[in-house]
This record gives sequence, structure tokens and C-alpha cells, in this order.
Amino acid sequence: MQRGVLASYDAFFGVALNIRTYHDLTEPDRSGLPGQIAAQRRRVAARLAGVGRVVAVMSGKGGVGKSFATAGLGRALARAGRTAGVLDADFNGPTIPALLHIPVARCALRNDAIEPAVSSDGVRCFSMALLLQDGRPLGFRGPEAESHVWRETLEAATLREFLADVAWGTLDRLLVDLPPGIQRFQELVDLLPAPPAVLTVTIPTAESRDAVRRAMQFAQERGAQLLGVVENMVDGPFAGDAGEALAREFATPLVARVPFNPDLRVWDGLAQRMMRSS
Amino acid sequence: MKFLCVECDRQMLFEERRLPGDGTLAAAFRCPQCGRAVGLLTNPMETQLVASLGVKIGGTTIEPQPLEMVRGMITTGRDDAFAEGTGDGGRGTGVAWSAEAQERLARVPNFVRGMVKKIYADYAKDRGIVEITPTVMDSARSELGLEGM
Repeated sequence: MQRGVLASYDAFFGVALNIRTYHDLTEPDRSGLPGQIAAQRRRVAARLAGVGRVVAVMSGKGGVGKSFATAGLGRALARAGRTAGVLDADFNGPTIPALLHIPVARCALRNDAIEPAVSSDGVRCFSMALLLQDGRPLGFRGPEAESHVWRETLEAATLREFLADVAWGTLDRLLVDLPPGIQRFQELVDLLPAPPAVLTVTIPTAESRDAVRRAMQFAQERGAQLLGVVENMVDGPFAGDAGEALAREFATPLVARVPFNPDLRVWDGLAQRMMRSS
Repeated sequence: MKFLCVECDRQMLFEERRLPGDGTLAAAFRCPQCGRAVGLLTNPMETQLVASLGVKIGGTTIEPQPLEMVRGMITTGRDDAFAEGTGDGGRGTGVAWSAEAQERLARVPNFVRGMVKKIYADYAKDRGIVEITPTVMDSARSELGLEGM
């Protein structure tokens, strides 16, 4: 029997409310919300059972070229004969289909899943860009007031459905292109059976280094393996050694230094290193 | 969530859910001993949170549709985003649609119409319903938790 604040009410009103805990009540809870959540997780795990490794491409900083690096890596994996998929988890600024040169077309429904779009290289892809009207922001139905309360939950559910409801099939690597920041990474950790491996992208500057450091720390604290650091835009106006500094600090390799106009060898080298990492 | 009839000291049992309007989600529970019923009424914000989690108060009896939440909640989707948007009627293909039901279905945005049509058709098929009418659609919405569809 649970007592406490209610006990004082009991005394005041002269009644004895027999209040018990949730788990004291043993009749079936028909809603079964914990069971529904568990079923959602099982659906994600089942869909990804054929994926060799999920790799989150992340950075604490915007504008460093995460999507560019993700697309370059995905295409290089395909050129190397590997099966690769890219889940574009930047729902508000999706760019992956354009970077993979995938035209927007109708998504096909097969059995219990949506078929991913496929680039001419063979990279499978799913992105909010395939669903949204041209030029329109991602809009959700719901009360406009205080929408921040539920919008992030909806975006997390969107990530869950992109993982669970797209027919990813058998893949050597599923790359998840994350938006700037750490929130989407946390959602990914919550949804997957195990934390994803992480490839971080930075530009050379000290400002980028400091922002990316926070993201790497966050990923490490959540049990993610750090696969390495990609330093992007290395031959441009950005001075610094963020790539080397972060690699040294986190004891992870600097896996690629990418100039503004990289040739295929840069991506092919990165793909080889990503496939060697277990 | 569970409800306790404190007078009988019995757990109240879920009875039904409804969407009475204005974004309210209503769930009724009844005491199996004294028959007293209570209604849980969520405000639109709470209803939205439940929908955002992709769970159904009262449980669900049909398998989730691919991208069900995405298709049901996005307001800026392309009309032609899904190839099945104009055709597939699901397992319930062959179930008749009354003129009124077809008219109502036509008002559903193309982005989600194919999925909605399949859900209603499967609902009818599972219950041996030969014709889908607006009344059947209302029942399906309440029973299956199709907020806004």
C-alpha cells in the first residue's frame, strides 16, 4: 500500500483511500505502451539485422561537410564493391539525394517496407528530400503553441521509421548522416540495439575543433566506437590542425584530409579504411 | 496507465477510445465490480505527444504501416511521394466503398491517402465488413487510433 501525501488527505477527509502502485495492479493493461515501444525497437533491430555496421557521421558543428563526406564515402564503398546505404537524418536540411545524384521519384511500397532510392553507383538512400514538396520546410500536423514540446519527439519517431520501415536489405555499411549537434545522435543510440560507430567530420579551425570535441566526447560517453576523424576543406582559407588535434586527443586515426575539390582517390582511401575498421 | 476504483479496490478495465473533436483523445475505463466508468480526456498537446511516440492508447489490432507516423503527421509532403498513393487497397481489396466514404477518402491528402485507404480496407476485411461507409471509417479511426486520418 502506498502512503504519503495521500495519507494526509485521508486523515483530512476522514477516509482511507486504498491507493496502490502501478505494478500492484496486475490486470492486463490493454494499451501496453511499454510493449508497443518494445515492439518498435524490435522492428528496428529486425530491419537492420542484415546491416554489417551502422556508422553515424557526425560533428558538433554545422557547415563542415558531413553530408558531402557521407556521400563521398558511400559512393566509394559502392565503387569498391561494397553494399552501402545512406540514411539522411537531417530532416530539416536534407541534401543526400542531391549529393548522390538521385532524382526525386515516387517511393515504392513493397510488402511491409518502403524501397530505398538507389544511386547510379548502387548506394541505397532514404531522405526527407524524397518526401517533401520542393522548397517547403518540414511541417508536422499538431498544435502550434509550444510545438517545441512535441516536435523533437516527432523527429525521433521519424528517425525510427526511417530505420525500421525502409527495406535496407543486406548492407556492409549503413551511413547515417546526422544534422549538426548531438540530439539526433542520442536518438540514434536510443533506437539501435547497440551504439553506432562514429565517424566525425571537422574543418581545420580551432573553433570547429572545440565544437567537434564536445560531440566526440558525447559519443564516447555513450559507448560509441570512434572510427576516426575526417578533416575537410584542408586546402582552403581555414587555418588550423583540428583533425590531427582531435585524432590525438581521442586516440583515433585521422582517416582522411579532404581538399575542396577532392579526387576519387581521397574517398576510395577513406572507404578502404572504413572497411578495415572492425 | 491504469485506473483504480478506490471504492472497490479493483483495477478498472479499458473499454473504448474515442476522438470527440478539438484534438481531444478520450479513453473510457470501467470498474468490473461496480460498473462505474471514468473517462480520461487528454488535451491536444497530450494527444500530440501520444501520436508522436507512435503508440496507441488502448492498444492496436493491426500491423503498423510503413512510415505510418511520417505519412500521417507531415503536412508538407509531396502529393506523388508514394507510388501506391492512387492504387493499392491492401488486403481488403475487394471491399466496397460507399459513395459517401469515397468522397471522404478523396478529401484525404494524396501524401497519406494510399495508406489510409489500406488501413480502412484491412479493418473492414478483418471484421467481415463488406462495405466501407463513413460510420465504418469513424469506428476505425477511434478503434485504431488514427488521429487526424
